[in-house]
Parts: sequence; C-alpha cells; structure tokens
Amino acid sequence: MAERGFSVSRLPGFSTVAVMVFVALYLPIAMLVVFSFNSGTSVAIWEGVSLRWYVSAWANEQVKEATFRSLIIASAASIVATTVATMAALGTTRRKAFKGQTLIYVMINQPLMVPEIVTAVALLIFFATIKVATGYQGLGYLIAAHSAFCIPFAYLPIRARLEGMDYTLETAAADLYATPWQTFRRVTLPLLMPGVIAGMMLSFVTSLDDVVITLFVKSAGQDTLPTYMLAQIRRSVTSEVNAISTVLLGLTVVMLTVFFLLTRKKD
Amino acid sequence: MSADAIIEAKSVTKTFGGPAEPVVALDHVSAAILRNEFFTLLGPSGCGKTTLLRLIAGFEMPDSGEIRLDGEEIGHLPPNKRPVNTVFQSYALFPHMTVRENIGFGLLMQGRAQTEIREIVDRMLELVRMVEMAERKTDQISGGQQQRVALARALAPQPKVLLLDEPLSALDYKLRKEMQIELKRLQHETGITFVFVTHDQEEALTMSDRIAVMSNGKINQIGSPREIYTHPVNRFVADFIGETNFIEAQLEKGVARLAGGARVAIETGHADGAVTLAVRPEHVRIATQGAQGAIPATVADSVYFGTDSHVYLALDDGTEVVARLGTDASGHSGPEAGDKVFVDFAPGSVQVLEA
Repeated sequence: MAERGFSVSRLPGFSTVAVMVFVALYLPIAMLVVFSFNSGTSVAIWEGVSLRWYVSAWANEQVKEATFRSLIIASAASIVATTVATMAALGTTRRKAFKGQTLIYVMINQPLMVPEIVTAVALLIFFATIKVATGYQGLGYLIAAHSAFCIPFAYLPIRARLEGMDYTLETAAADLYATPWQTFRRVTLPLLMPGVIAGMMLSFVTSLDDVVITLFVKSAGQDTLPTYMLAQIRRSVTSEVNAISTVLLGLTVVMLTVFFLLTRKKD
Repeated sequence: MSADAIIEAKSVTKTFGGPAEPVVALDHVSAAILRNEFFTLLGPSGCGKTTLLRLIAGFEMPDSGEIRLDGEEIGHLPPNKRPVNTVFQSYALFPHMTVRENIGFGLLMQGRAQTEIREIVDRMLELVRMVEMAERKTDQISGGQQQRVALARALAPQPKVLLLDEPLSALDYKLRKEMQIELKRLQHETGITFVFVTHDQEEALTMSDRIAVMSNGKINQIGSPREIYTHPVNRFVADFIGETNFIEAQLEKGVARLAGGARVAIETGHADGAVTLAVRPEHVRIATQGAQGAIPATVADSVYFGTDSHVYLALDDGTEVVARLGTDASGHSGPEAGDKVFVDFAPGSVQVLEA
C-alpha cells in the first residue's frame, strides 16, 4: 500500500461522502424530471404518469416566444463571444510574452470575477442612457450583455487548446507559402476547432440560463425562458416549469454528448 | 564572395532577449553557400546554427546584416515570400491532413492547378517511396515515414534551397544511417541546395560537401570535411571534429620543442612563440628508441576495440596523449599498461594552433 502512495479513495468514509455528493447533485434533478411527468397539478404529490405538462407548455404561446428569444440571444451571443474569444486567445498565445499580459488575462476574464449583480446594475444604467439617447428598445442590449459575459467561457477552452498546439505547425505553413490568413484558415482553425466548439457550447449554455443580468437589462416583453419561468414560479408553482426544465436538461445533455463525440474523434 | 553562391550572409547579427540581458545568437556572421552543394552548419547546442537557419527561412529577422538569395536581399521578407523550404526537427506534419495533402500543401498555397499538384505529389511520393501511404493520416505512419513525408513536403514546391533542422535526431541509429544515404540520394536527384543543421560531427563529415563549424554565434571555419578534419584552424574545431591530442610546445626557428625537450617536426611558416600542437590519435605511432623525433612515454591504460586499441599515454613531461593503434590478425593489441615506450607522430599530421 505504501509503495502505491497516497490515495484519497482509501480514506475512511470516502465512499459515503462520494455517494452523498452525488445524491445532493442529482436527486433534485431526478425529482424535477420525474414530476414533469406527473398527471396531477401538485409538484410534490405523485398522481400518475402523463405528458400533460409537456403538451401544455408546448401550447403556451408565452413559452414558445420566450424559448425563441432565448435561442436567438444564446446563438448570437455565443457566436459573438466565440469570435472575440478566438481572437483574444490568438492575441495572447501566438506571440512573445508582453508586458501587461497578466492584466489582459484578468480583463478578459473579468465577468468571472466581478459579481454578476454589479455587472447587471452597471449595464442597466449604461443601457438606460443609450436607450434614452437612441430610442432603440430591441434585443441588441441583451445580445450585447450576454456576449460580454460569455467571452471568458469561450476564451478559456480556446486558449487551453491553443497552448497545447505546436506552434511549429503554423511556422511550417508559413514556410510552405501560406499567407497569415491561409495559415489560420487551413492549419490553426481546423486544429483549434474542438476548442472553438467547446467554447461556443459553454457560452451558449451560459447565455441560455442567465437570469440576473437578463432581468436587469431586458425591456418589457423581452422575457427569456429563465426569466419567464421565474415569473411563473412567483405566481404559482406548476409542473409546466418542470417540463420546460427537463427539455432544457435534455438539450444540454445532447449538446455535451455531441461535443464529447466530436472532440474524441478529432484528437 | 563567389559568383556561384546561392545564399550569402553578410555580417548577420541576431540577439535575443531584452535590451537589459541581450543574448547574442549570431555575431557578425558571413558565409556563402554554393549552388547545389550539401552545406552543413555544425556546432554544439547554442552555437547559433539553428538561428542562422531560421534567419534564412524567415522565421527570425536579423538585427543587422544582409541575407541574399540568388543575389536578392531577402532578410526581411516573411517566410511565405521566400523560395526556401524547411524540414523541421519535429517534422511538423499537419495532423489533420493525409500524407498526400501534406505533400501538396505548399503547391496548393502557391496556387498551382489541381492536376499539376496531383502530378507533382505522385512524383514526390515515388521519390521518397511512400506511394502506398498516400491516403494515410500522418499519425498512422512510423517516425521514419513521417520523416520522408516531411522531406517530400518541403521538396515538392521545388525550393531554391532546402533547409534541414537536425532532421535525423529523432530517429534510431539504424534508421538514421539509412536516412543519411537517402538524403544524399535526394540531393543528387533533385539538384537542390541543402543546408543541413546538426551537432553530430560524424553525420556532418559523411554527408557534407562543405561544413561551417560554429561556436558562440560565430563561424570558426568553413571547408570540406577533409580540410576541416586535417587542417582545423583552431583548438575548438580540432576538438569538436573527431578526437584530438593537444600538446603545448614552444616554436623556435621553425622547430617545435615540447616541455620534456623532445623536438617535433612541423610544417613551415609559423611564427615563433608558445603554440598548441594538435595530433589525431590515429597519427600517434609507436617508435623505436633513439629514432629521430621519438618521445619517451608511459602507457597508462590500453583499451581493445577490435579494429584498434586506444592506448592512453603520458609523455615524459606529463602531457596525456591518446594513440589509436591498429591490431593485427593475432589480436595482439600492442603495449600494455605500465610499459615504457617511445612514440612519434606521422609525417605531416601535426597541426600548429595558437596556444
């Protein structure tokens, strides 16, 4: 035992703690999923299996609208964030170390560190000024806000991938007459793709379930799925929310699986 | 410089690191590489040989000085604008492309037609004997095969100069020997100038038309393998290329006198004063007592190597000298440890270096 070294898994109570952690993580989600199939109106008393809440959510125009809005914002924000993050990652890894590099890292990752509520209030005030000045009331504010806080989620996996990539490959492409753009297009980007996809999915999911910033920034009638659900729960707890959550959960699991399969094949 | 030079470096200087702690990688290096020759940059790690190669490729820009290709100054062109290609130490094959796509990459970037690319790539695949592997990904072939693909990829656009950055160092001994022959064959068949970087003096001697021996950011000597081996210009070159005995001596009227009093015949034309004599171990011979130039010595050790014996000697003044003595059919390996012997040096084998 001594020669195999220290191992956490041999500490007393390890399996108990492990089981408790998994229960705490997954039991509430399991209950949410189970009760989304409840035929009764209660979210606590099981009355039988039914798809009525899915049907009701599907028929609900407000749910459809909020879902559509969420998907638009998440798609736009993840595309913007991934593009910006890719450029930032290239700028911070594909060159010699420069003065103030750490400061740049910190600034890029700012949304991870500044309390979300602070950002939310700041954006509310900032956008209010613009709204007054321009009169524009559209989804642009939400997309801009989501793009901003999604950047670090896209940046981190992309940078990790870039740092693991051999810079000699790009040197070799340049040596073989590729212009900087061709080098990026034909060598850097294809090899970076798993990182880009990971970054895009992370930012998509992050945008999809954001509540705090969205609540502060949205104009009237701009509910996203999470803010709609929050509003519903405040009025009365219905299993419709369970059904919507379960669908979101399913979507996330599918995305993660696709991502896993994609990256495994690429490597 | 020669009119037949394809690459000329003129007083090229390159430093790395900030102005506070500059590291001089190349210090006013000048060299001319001739058309169609196999030219080797040889030296220990950190001598600047790879930096010089990277400056020719365009991966680094010189601080000062000129690099000319076919008479045209290219020192500040980006790598993609220079008609030279590189074989990297790590091969740097594109892992997301097949062997065929790798070899065709340079041609594609040059904007050649698809049919032409196909034709040239087919020829290259044959040249490096990789036809069956054309559709494989690069991680599905062996190290030696990756090496050949890297060569084919760099040769396909028919560069004016092929740069090779220690390309054989990752291969095992047997494969390395094969690739040395392969490289010479490719150079003959393509007629392209090869600039080869290595720290392996044996590799340099067997493959090169000419060698530049470098140390501390400077070129010590440029010459054919024979010139460099037989007439090293300084102690560094003599020591780096093969094994050498160094013996301190005083020159008086054209005769070298060792500390123990023995006289050694040398070539004429050297100024009097303190010098270092350089003698290759294979030129140290056992002499008969009383013969002219015979120096008394004691055998410290003798190691039998089959084809020869390495005999470690101490001259009467204490200088340590190694001799390689041929063995005869009986396996007799010459003097044994503790023997008192006399040695001399083969005529014309003693090089006079600055002390």
